[in-house]
Formats: sequence, structure tokens, C-alpha cells
Amino acid sequence: MDSLGSIIMYFIVALSMIIFSVMAVTTRKILRAATYLLFTLFAAAVVYFMLDYEFLGAVQIAVYAGGIVVLFVFAILLTSHPGDNAPRLTSHSRTIGVIGAIAMLLVTGYALITRAAFFLPKPEMEAPDMQTVGATLLGSGHAQYLLPFEAVSVLLLACIIGGVVVARKR
Amino acid sequence: MEITAVYYLIPALIMFCCGVYGFITRKNMIAMLVSLELMLNAVDINFVVFNRFLFPEQMEGMFFALFAIAIAAAETALAIAIIINIFRAAKNIDVRSLNEMKF
Repeated sequence: MDSLGSIIMYFIVALSMIIFSVMAVTTRKILRAATYLLFTLFAAAVVYFMLDYEFLGAVQIAVYAGGIVVLFVFAILLTSHPGDNAPRLTSHSRTIGVIGAIAMLLVTGYALITRAAFFLPKPEMEAPDMQTVGATLLGSGHAQYLLPFEAVSVLLLACIIGGVVVARKR
Repeated sequence: MEITAVYYLIPALIMFCCGVYGFITRKNMIAMLVSLELMLNAVDINFVVFNRFLFPEQMEGMFFALFAIAIAAAETALAIAIIINIFRAAKNIDVRSLNEMKF
């Protein structure tokens, strides 16, 4: 049984997640789409906090809101005039998009609500503290993640070099 | 009222479907990238919810979401570099007019 406060909090977060993600793909101004994406990412961060993964929520805010959305805004300002509207969708492409999305929603939603495992109450868990997270990330034992961690560092290096090479002036 | 896993999975599913809709209908490359981010985020939420509700004694889902965030950041940075390069060469980023590999 959840407290009234957490239920109210849940509905605010879920509604804002749904509304802002719908608006992010339907608005015709591209800068507004980036702003609505930011709000959706914040809602996702709040979900992580509500599920006791504080570190993941902090990473979500720092990397997505602090890094990716800023990159998006810079790219939008470099490539289009702010205030421009996207051309109206043709009814053909909108029909295809709506059919694809609704079909996916129905099939996956049916699969979700017919599984009894998703209706079990939230089990008790102590939130993973920083020490556990750090030891798991940098340990090389069972269920520890040193190798992916190093692989991600190589990936980021390759990404930096690739970004510089692709975007530099010839 | 009990908030179970499906209460978190349904908003994430709607978010994913919004991403699918946007990816199909949008023609601006940056708008398509925004839709892609929506989809990636919905998947991250799913990993975390499955981890928390079904296997609370492990942390696999959380770390998978963590690495997915890192890879999504790298991928977005590179995609935006490519988009800006295309804009420099072709003066627009509308996917309908980008039908040649070389300018």
C-alpha cells in the first residue's frame, strides 16, 4: 500500500511524461520539441528517484538534461531559423505513423496487461549506496562491470575523435 | 491503491509509441533524433522497472540503463556532428532532399 503523497506524485509524473512526449513529436516548432524532450527526460529522472535508484536519476539529469539537450539546442540553432514551422504533414505520412504507433501500442499493451507478474506489489529493497555502485562498476568478479566500463571509455574516446574528424572544416 | 510495475510500464510504452510516430512522420533530421531519444529513454525506464519490481536483489537493469545512457550520449554527439556536416554541404537537413551519398 503506497502513501497518498507517492500516489499523487506518481500521477503527476506519469501524466507529464505522457503529455510532454506526445507534444514533443506533434509540435511543429523544432526548438519546442527539444524543450518538451527535456521535460520528458526530467520525468524519467523522477521515475528513477521514485524507484530508489538515486545514482541513475542523477546520471540521467546530468547526462541527458545537461549534455544531450544542450547539444540539441545548439544543433537546432545552427541548422534552422528559430520560429520556423515544420511543413504540415501530409495525411498519407500521418496515417502511416498513427497506424504504426497504435498497432505497437495495442500489441505491447495487451502483452503487458495479461502478465500477472507486472501486478505484484513493489518488493522491499534498500537503495544501492554509492559504495555498492562503485564496487559493482569497477569490480571484475561475478555480476560486476569492469569490462563494459572500460569498453565505454574506449567508445567515448572513439566518439570524441570521430566527432572532431566529422565536424571539422575541410 | 497499489502502484505496481505496469503503472510505470504503460507511460513508458506510450513514450516509445510517440517515438515511433515521430520517427516515421518527421522529416527534419534533428526531430528524428529527438524521437530516437524518446524511444531510448522508454527502454531505459523498462530496464529499471523490471530490475526494481522483479529482481530487487540484483542491479543488472540499473547498470544496463547506465551504459545505455552513456552510449546514447555518444551516439547523439556523433549524429549531431554528421547532421551539421550535412547541413554545411547541402544547406538543409530534410531527409526527403538528401538522396545522394556525395555532394
